[in-house]
Amino acid sequence: MTFNTSILKNEEKIIYNLRALYHKYGYTQYKMSKFEEYDLYAKNKDYLSSDNIITFTDTNGKLMALKPDVTLSIVRNSRIQGCEVQKVYYNENVYRVPGAGKGFREIPQVGLECIGATDMFCISEVLLLAAKSLKYISEESRLSISNLDIVSGLINSLNLDKSAVSDIFKCISQKNIHELEAICREKGACEETTAKLVKLIGLSGSAEEVIPGLKELGCCEESVAQLEACTAILREYGFADMVTIDFSIISDVNYYNGIVFTGYISGIPSAVVIGGQYENLMKKMGKHCGAIGFAVYLDLLERLEESSACDVDTILIYEEGADPMQLHKAVEDLTDLGITVMAQKCVPDKIRYKRLAKFSDGEVSFVGKNA
Amino acid sequence: MERMLNVALPKGRLGEKVYKMFKEAGFECPSIEEENRKLIFENEKLGVRYFWAKPSDVAIYVERGAADIGVAGKDILLEYEPDIYEMLDLNMGKCRMCVAGKKDFYDDRNKTLRVATKFSNIAGNYYNSLGRDIDIIHLNGSIEIAPILDLSDVIVDLVETGTTLKENNLEVIETIVPISARLIVNKVSYEFKKAEIQKVVEGLSRQVKRND
Repeated sequence: MTFNTSILKNEEKIIYNLRALYHKYGYTQYKMSKFEEYDLYAKNKDYLSSDNIITFTDTNGKLMALKPDVTLSIVRNSRIQGCEVQKVYYNENVYRVPGAGKGFREIPQVGLECIGATDMFCISEVLLLAAKSLKYISEESRLSISNLDIVSGLINSLNLDKSAVSDIFKCISQKNIHELEAICREKGACEETTAKLVKLIGLSGSAEEVIPGLKELGCCEESVAQLEACTAILREYGFADMVTIDFSIISDVNYYNGIVFTGYISGIPSAVVIGGQYENLMKKMGKHCGAIGFAVYLDLLERLEESSACDVDTILIYEEGADPMQLHKAVEDLTDLGITVMAQKCVPDKIRYKRLAKFSDGEVSFVGKNA
Repeated sequence: MERMLNVALPKGRLGEKVYKMFKEAGFECPSIEEENRKLIFENEKLGVRYFWAKPSDVAIYVERGAADIGVAGKDILLEYEPDIYEMLDLNMGKCRMCVAGKKDFYDDRNKTLRVATKFSNIAGNYYNSLGRDIDIIHLNGSIEIAPILDLSDVIVDLVETGTTLKENNLEVIETIVPISARLIVNKVSYEFKKAEIQKVVEGLSRQVKRND
């Protein structure tokens, strides 16, 4: 069987190419059921981006959920031993209420997870694959990287209560310096550390621009070195132009740690790639090993595709009582020429076509073009 | 690729004041100052396009990338919680989000508190933080009449001078949060139009500091 790729929509081509990309680096496909026991999500509710989950009762009385997330299922089922690393990719739909929107949406995702004895190689491999995924989708793309340990290290040294810490994380994610300063002032936080935090939010740009500033701030050396090493590898493979360091990428610290990242495509108004290390989630689920992964949100990509100018090349009009055998032959003759054909008795409304043809007495004659 | 910087301004007096700040920061667009009913204005030379939007919609334009930058009240940001960068407090359009009630209002904790408001999310979050059981009555305007007609016990609304409350025999019971206009930025635009956005932020920030 030959496979005609011209029929594929842009996002379908992206799915196949991303799968091929991950496969090339030894990631195996992880296929899963659309449902999962609700209990898994109820226990890890904060990990999910929204509280809303579609639930139903299975025939055995168990409360089930339509998957709002893929990572939790993969983590739960992972069996890792010794220095092994499990590398999997998935191509699944998840069911969520996005942002402040109303109503559930089915969101197609392609992503990968790297779980086990992850080391610097694994972390940078995942970052490279994220960069390659973005580059594949569009030349105009950016990969923004942060190290959550640097941010949470500074915030913890402010010694604030839980609710103030959560407010400060929110301010950082919004680059909201004025409110961050107000909270710190109100809570009597150390002025020097507050100033450092403000400087940290201001640090945004290429590794060359940001790393010296981080060193000046005296941030955790190990975390800075990790960031430096990752960006150096990305630079080595030609991604320097698209990589930025930005500390406003905030993921829930109860689940995430270390390297976190977000991918953007010009023309799509929100993040297309979201990922990071999630060792705190692993710990919560009783698995003491490393983990990093990302998801590509495919629902947004259709915005990149230009609508085609027509639905069909030719509409072939035939009369009532036309010989079906002859009509089939006429249609086949046209499709053999690579023309798409829709046989109709009259011109249908709301179908965009290039040419109008008439079938009469076994002959095809072109009678006009679409205005 | 289009490199125009799209700016959503809130229709009305606040928007006009904000435009003047953009102009001073070097992003003028003479056509916006002409008297007409157009909604979109461009200065191709400077690469900037302004449009007037309903104040409560500015955050939506910015979150969804139709505008790279916008100016929205903190009330709208707290109510809709858009995923954007809030980069500057413009110190304009100042008021307070308050709980107000009739002068003789007594909060009977044995009863569910009926709260009339346009800001259901803000009211919900506030009373949730106090652990108070409430019944939110969402209204779209003339909130002040709700307690008078016994539709609600209190209201949660913006208070600027307090005159409207006073004239309707109501008073502020509690201030929830101070409100002012904020400069907001789309997160993806920040990545792709950083230099231009940074120039706007710095230009406006200088003016805010000077007016302090």
